Amino acid sequence: MIDVSGLRKVYRDRGREVVALGGVDLRVRQGEIFGVLGQSGAGKSTLLRCVNLLERPTEGAVSVAGQELTSLGRAELRRARQRIGMIHQHFALLSSRTVAGNVAFPLEVMGAGRAERARRVAELLELVGLADKAGAYPGQLSGGQKQRVGIARALAGNPAVLLSDEATSALDPGTTQSILALLRSLNRELGLTILLITHEMHVVKGICDSVAVMRDGLIEEAGGIAELIARPGSRLAAELFPLPDPAPGDVTITFTGRADEPVVSEVVRKFDVDVSILGGALEEVAGASVGRLRVRLAGGERVAALGYLAERGLLVEEAR
Amino acid sequence: MTWEEMSPLLWEATGQTAQMVVWSTLFTVLFGLPLGVALVVTDRGGLLPSRPLNSVLGMVVNIGRSLPFIVLMIAVIPLTRLIVGTTIGTFAAVVPLTLGAAPFFARLVETALREVGRDTVQAAQAMGAGRWTIIGKVLLPEARSGLVAGLTVTVVALISYSAMAGVIGGGGLGDLAIRYGYQRFETTLMVVTVIVLIVIVQLVQTLGDTVARRLARH
Ligand SMILES: Nc1ncnc2c1ncn2[C@@H]1O[C@H](COP(=O)(O)OP(=O)(O)OP(=O)(O)O)[C@@H](O)[C@H]1O
Ligand SMILES: [Mg+2]
Repeated sequence: MIDVSGLRKVYRDRGREVVALGGVDLRVRQGEIFGVLGQSGAGKSTLLRCVNLLERPTEGAVSVAGQELTSLGRAELRRARQRIGMIHQHFALLSSRTVAGNVAFPLEVMGAGRAERARRVAELLELVGLADKAGAYPGQLSGGQKQRVGIARALAGNPAVLLSDEATSALDPGTTQSILALLRSLNRELGLTILLITHEMHVVKGICDSVAVMRDGLIEEAGGIAELIARPGSRLAAELFPLPDPAPGDVTITFTGRADEPVVSEVVRKFDVDVSILGGALEEVAGASVGRLRVRLAGGERVAALGYLAERGLLVEEAR
Repeated sequence: MTWEEMSPLLWEATGQTAQMVVWSTLFTVLFGLPLGVALVVTDRGGLLPSRPLNSVLGMVVNIGRSLPFIVLMIAVIPLTRLIVGTTIGTFAAVVPLTLGAAPFFARLVETALREVGRDTVQAAQAMGAGRWTIIGKVLLPEARSGLVAGLTVTVVALISYSAMAGVIGGGGLGDLAIRYGYQRFETTLMVVTVIVLIVIVQLVQTLGDTVARRLARH
């Protein structure tokens, strides 16, 4: 749905060159929620803004819903943008317009008639649960309500794709949850593909199907969440389940969706090892439960025990 | 001088001042508003960045702003003759008044438009809005409270300039105060004229503040 290849963005700032993106490839599949994580300055916003060409890439290609954007003329690009929704950290609503007026804005841009606009606005406000606030001004709304207006506005053009830059960063935890739930349901019910930027792990845990971790303008790791977690040495897995630094010989076991199988006691019985549990975490990620367990194995047939665990489909990593 | 003698003089002068101020306000907005918009959109990172155009516009505005009004008024006499056909009278005063106030208003428009967040403009761009739509439906409406405040300051300045315009035969309250109060020692009339001017300025300022505040409430 979104295809980015060889994307480079270099800013020239008072004669100095800043490489914000150093060659990024990204593929977001139809209907998935794709999260981009990374430290401040990693290039996340730049990447997102290149997807609707708010920022002109220095090099590389961007295609959304099968349409290559970098080669479009001005008018064509404007039309393409009407099919790409975007929501913002600070909402970016028009303070001089009511809620209904804000949602009507993109419809005016598209040239929809008065009756059509009124119908769509009512429909969209209903969808985000703000039908009773149509006549209010943004200044009279809470942060969560403002973001709902932002979402309704972004959906006005029936977009195939929604871009979100830290859309929940300015909200309190409870409100964040309700906005995430709304995004999840829009994704499920409308088949909306969402590319979102966040610095909050719990957003990734909560709603993302896939994730990319960025660092210094490059993508360090990317893929489906379950697949990343099962990958040895995954930084993402380590960040999702922060465990203390292991001592040499400590073993980290990662398992998905099988928390109820008694593997540890099996190992103890079969291989006569002593298992001490040093730490662990169990999380719901992308709808499946994922756990990481840090253990120390001693005595018995230690090596065989580790082999058995790996055979059972668990990710077993031994610290050196 | 009795009140019966002063009253018709005051009415006439107030009418002339009103005429000068209303017409010059109209033309000031007509020229100053686009100029202010142009200053913003041609700037670096604006909707239509153009360094040369921005520099030229900035220079024009600065020249207009740095000329004392008295000097400007005399300097543009040939232009006034070209446009109005005469250099004397209320309408002739509208030309220097507009030239003096338009650059001033343009700067105030610029300041008001810069208050509109980059975020808001970019959100509109992301929705596929073109430049003219953004100017007409985002920049100007979002800045409307600041624009009204700027207009109020400009009208007050025009009232004060128009008092000087009496010098080129524009008439008005300032002219009345000078001719009778200063030249004929009619102190009472001068005091009354000054009071009338103060009241008018107060009214304009209060009206402007009220409207600006109401628009800013949302
Ligand atoms: N307009 C610009 N001019 C110059 N440099 C820029 C510009 N925009 C971004 N950069 C630089 O590009 C790099 C990436 O910035 P970007 O905003 O994409 O980071 P980010 O990952 O979104 O960070 P954050 O989490 O703080 O929002 C940074 O080093 C930043 O300073
Ligand atoms: Mg950012």
